[in-house]
Amino acid sequence: MRQATAAIEAEGLVREFKKGPRAVDGIDLRVEPGQVYGFLGPNGAGKSTTVHMLTTLLPPTAGSATVGGYDVVSEGAEVRSVIGAALQEAALDPYLTGREHMKLQTSLHGMNRSEGRARGDELLERVGLTQAADRRVGGYSGGMKRRLDVALALVHRPRILFLDEPTTGLDPQSRSALWDEVQRLAADRGVTFFLTTQYLEEADLLADRVGIIHHGRIVAEGDPDALKAEIGRPSVEAIPAEPAERPRVAEVLRRFGDPVASSPKSVAVRLAGGETQLAEVVRALDAESLAVEHLQLHAPTLDDVFLAKTGRSLEGAGEEPEASRATEPAAA
Amino acid sequence: MSGGLAGQVATLARRSATRTLRQPMMLVPSLLFPLLLLAVNTGGLDSATRLPGFPTNSYLTFALAIAFVQGALFAANSAGNNMASDVETGFLSRLSLTPMRRASLLVGQLGGVVVLGLIQAATFLAAGIAAGAHFEAGVPGALLIVLLSVLISVAFGALGAFAALRTGSGEAVQGLFPLMFAALFLSSMALPRDLIETDWFRTVATWNPVSYMLEGIRSLMITGWDGEALALAFGCAGGLALITLAAASAALRTRMTRT
Repeated sequence: MRQATAAIEAEGLVREFKKGPRAVDGIDLRVEPGQVYGFLGPNGAGKSTTVHMLTTLLPPTAGSATVGGYDVVSEGAEVRSVIGAALQEAALDPYLTGREHMKLQTSLHGMNRSEGRARGDELLERVGLTQAADRRVGGYSGGMKRRLDVALALVHRPRILFLDEPTTGLDPQSRSALWDEVQRLAADRGVTFFLTTQYLEEADLLADRVGIIHHGRIVAEGDPDALKAEIGRPSVEAIPAEPAERPRVAEVLRRFGDPVASSPKSVAVRLAGGETQLAEVVRALDAESLAVEHLQLHAPTLDDVFLAKTGRSLEGAGEEPEASRATEPAAA
Repeated sequence: MSGGLAGQVATLARRSATRTLRQPMMLVPSLLFPLLLLAVNTGGLDSATRLPGFPTNSYLTFALAIAFVQGALFAANSAGNNMASDVETGFLSRLSLTPMRRASLLVGQLGGVVVLGLIQAATFLAAGIAAGAHFEAGVPGALLIVLLSVLISVAFGALGAFAALRTGSGEAVQGLFPLMFAALFLSSMALPRDLIETDWFRTVATWNPVSYMLEGIRSLMITGWDGEALALAFGCAGGLALITLAAASAALRTRMTRT
């Protein structure tokens, strides 16, 4: 059952840029308190523009949205008091140290010196930056910068946290550490997350609910497992024992469904009749005397959901960046 | 209370000053180039003091004022670059998400300009005294030169901040630098206005507020306490500061479109 007040709610949210397309074209969404909402889409789909509107950094052209129960247009200051945000680029000053960033942030949030110092130290420790706290940020690695960025967003104990592509460009270790932190904050503190990503794995792992955005519109929304179940059809991938037999294997598999992306060595099709067709596939290959080195059934992924809804695969569906579509100074 | 306007200004000014002092490539040229120009001018133009009506027999004393104004142009560059960097890196968005007020940001950012202006003024005064420049108005006059110099730095610094906020680009700020230097060269920088023989140059120098800023500083060094020169100098610097601060403030309002 729905709670009365959503953590984030948007209705018909639109953002147009001068001389540009509608970056966001009528978005409706609802995120319940404590939920991790994954906002998934390729570059230029409208993810960052949506985040900028929900975090009060960009006024919507049309539609309405509330965050933490406050209207993003008429109650901007109240919205900002309950949210934290780590935007697409880790927005840090290379000439300041990590500790100085904390001092600046705690001070601007109205904390006194001792309270600010304690909070800063606590957060630096939590993100593993205590040792590097007195080094200038210009010398930090990408992962360290991102961790500091997230820590800064947590200074005033926000109820709702916006993370805009938080793991883009991070090494696997840093990515994993950030995922752990998101899961911990959501589980222990009940923090609501609005997390944009272009990584299927990230959305699949972290999100309680996923919204898939394409050309500024949400094309699918729901529980990740339910979305995948809705698509329903698994794919089968085969690697021929003899590479030269790949065309013949492809011909046999095509009897069972449409081809899907696969590695150069393999052939894959979406099984029109579901996973029960696997036995038939094996028999058909056997009947043609085709030996396979590897045969695997893949459950549907969020990429399959994206493909089903847009006709394109999310992997490699990048478009022009949103910033280049925008023509107004504050647009990102 | 660190959350109030004064607390926010102090916090942001501290950050701006720290950032400025940690960029030697920004700090050193702003001290070195005005001193170099001073050395070149003093060495090459000393004979100008023999012109009838030249107000002093020390070209060093006459030319030292240029260093203060030239330093202020570097301050504009510094303020503009720092602001452009905040726009480009998204740091401005980070600040926008805090309860920070717009006025705090602008005033705080100019805190770095004030620190730079003070360092420059102290350096140029010390260099002038060491080289034998004369200060007719004495120590109070020298202190007033520091004050005027900082005011000029703030006026030009706000211009740099305006360019950065309007364009969001460090390159655009750099593009402003030659224009400001043109304003310096088309003033009474090298000669008193009444000794400039070329009519159009004298007219431009007369309309150029930079002339009056230079003449205000010079008056304290050469004449002593000249109320009119000081009023014109502080009026021009203060007026320019008001205009550039208003322009920067409007540009900040457009740039920070938070609701």
